[in-house]
Amino acid sequence: MSKEQILSSDGIPLEQSLKKAERKNKLKAVLLVAPLFLFLLIIYVFPIGDMLFRSVDDRMITKMLPNTFKAMEKWDGRDLPDEPVYKAIYDDLKYLKENKTYGKIIARLNYEKSGFSSLIKKTVRKLNKVEEGNYKEQFIKIHKRWGQPEYLVALRNAAPNWSYAKYLKGIDMKFDQDKNITLVEEDRRIYKILWFRTVNVAFWVTVFCFILAYPISHLLATLPMKYSNLLMICVLLPFWTSLLVRTSSWMVLLQQQGPINDLIVWLGLATDDNRPELMYNVIGTFVAMTQILLPFMVLPLYSVMKTISPSLMRAGKSLGGTPLVSFVKIYFPLTIPGIGAGCLLVFILAIGYYITPALVGGASGSLISNTIAYHMKSSLDWAFASALGTMLLIGVLAIYWVYNKLVGIDNIKLG
Amino acid sequence: MALPNHTPLNYRIWHYTYLTFCGLVFFFLIAPLFVILPLSFNAEQYIHFSAKMLALDPEGFSLRWYEDMIFGTKNPWGLATKNSLIIAFFATIGSTILGTVAALGLSSRHMPYKAAIMALLISPMIVPLIISGTAIFFFMAKVGLAATHTGIVLSHIILGTPFVVITVTATLSGFDHSVTRAAASLGSNPVNTFMKITLPLIMPGVISGALFAFVTSFDEVVVVLFLAGLENTTIPIQMWVGLREQLSPTIMAVATCLIVMSTLILVSAELLRRRSERLRGINR
Repeated sequence: MSKEQILSSDGIPLEQSLKKAERKNKLKAVLLVAPLFLFLLIIYVFPIGDMLFRSVDDRMITKMLPNTFKAMEKWDGRDLPDEPVYKAIYDDLKYLKENKTYGKIIARLNYEKSGFSSLIKKTVRKLNKVEEGNYKEQFIKIHKRWGQPEYLVALRNAAPNWSYAKYLKGIDMKFDQDKNITLVEEDRRIYKILWFRTVNVAFWVTVFCFILAYPISHLLATLPMKYSNLLMICVLLPFWTSLLVRTSSWMVLLQQQGPINDLIVWLGLATDDNRPELMYNVIGTFVAMTQILLPFMVLPLYSVMKTISPSLMRAGKSLGGTPLVSFVKIYFPLTIPGIGAGCLLVFILAIGYYITPALVGGASGSLISNTIAYHMKSSLDWAFASALGTMLLIGVLAIYWVYNKLVGIDNIKLG
Repeated sequence: MALPNHTPLNYRIWHYTYLTFCGLVFFFLIAPLFVILPLSFNAEQYIHFSAKMLALDPEGFSLRWYEDMIFGTKNPWGLATKNSLIIAFFATIGSTILGTVAALGLSSRHMPYKAAIMALLISPMIVPLIISGTAIFFFMAKVGLAATHTGIVLSHIILGTPFVVITVTATLSGFDHSVTRAAASLGSNPVNTFMKITLPLIMPGVISGALFAFVTSFDEVVVVLFLAGLENTTIPIQMWVGLREQLSPTIMAVATCLIVMSTLILVSAELLRRRSERLRGINR
């Protein structure tokens, strides 16, 4: 027996008609999201991809020394290479000298091995005097480093189009001459300290925010509406105020002749001519970031505590629990979702903070973001800035993923 | 919160310790903002409370830094304010339209891969600004939009949309879809239904999202630092430059104006939130 088909009013089977309507609704929803999605894809996701690409892109030098790298393919890398390699170097350098573009390779090669700067500069200067034939001998005469295999090995090491050397640099490692990965010299290990400091600051700012936010969120959630609304302004006004305004108020407070130092002197904790440095170090970064990020901890905690019925605590008490026991066993477990949301949010925001550490942090309080900005704007090592950015991005996205799993991104509360 | 008379002493102590701690935290949150206010009226050139100010002597106060802010020679604040307002205006419009439309789609139960797409659309809010700034700078330089208003507006639209998406989706979560179906059954076309039924109902969410987008753009400094040329300077950029050189009372005057502005925005956002809760029938 075949099932009797239900028909809709225009004679099409109901099942088909429903599916058609579903498809139409789906298409409508997709079309509504599409403009923002595409906009973001073009102006945001694609540029971030481009940044990843830049961090491993090492094609510039390959393009500038094409003959050299081609001639070096046959070289075993132990003894000095033969004549064709030196001829190729001569050809490339001559071309670069004519176009006046050799400056670019100097920086790149000097990064591979220090000493290339004077080597290339001297060679280029004397290039006109080089006669045809027997280039190897003439080159070694111009600069003795052309006779040292390690320089030619370093030159060859610059050949690949793609390199993750910038990432190694970001964790204080490098390739040595035999292409092994080693730690850089003891006194040059600065990035591990920087990463550690960044995570450390973000962690402690999160902890401080939590300690300060938990009691006041509880107070806000349990007070009668008319008082809590008033107190909520203390949380929301800083939240809505310009970050630079808040940072500048901390600069006023923490400066050497500022009110906090005045208070310390007045209390007799320090003498007037020996005021403590509160700013331009890691203390300033801690204090200012905690105050600035505190609302981001209070708001999720508050919205969770608001939903906890006060009768639960009363029930705990009536069953013989002391307030402490009722709190630990009943109230605290119920607030864990809010704690997770607040802590992850504050940690994510703190780990990428730039403005506040740059203004109140000084040298010992600057974080990874400040280093990225330095390499973008001052040293112009964009590939390295991109590599550091990518490493930070991966960390943040990992926490974001956890946040999304635990809290759900659509549960973010604003104001 | 008064305690009942029979409360034992140790709870009493605990309770007042708790209230004192909360009071200190609220003080910590709000007090730094009020340090700026009196200093902006300082008659002297230094950023500290002079003896005359502490004695509340009228001679210790003046409006000279406000005058300097508005009429001062070679003062950048006029151009910066103009640029900030233009950029924030267009960025707000862009974010609000794109974000609201996307939120409508995301709230539909027919939307495929909802969670993943939502996570992507919110990501500009989570990704550190320094990374967004770096990436957007490379892109804008490539397409020739670095150091233009257009480039800055486009990047601020990106940074503002997550807020609009979040607030409008939240408003739509309490939205009764039968009203749009009722409109459709009465012969209204989808555009008309949206303009006359849906939009007025979700308006509080849209406006509060727009406020967030406006503040985000108006306050944003990291991306602008990468993108702006001399012609595109904004208020945050000028503050940043000023703060890096030295704390000047003029900056305190500007900061005071910004605090007044944020207070106004806070009040309107609060009123909107309450109106929205009332409309959605949430009574707490």
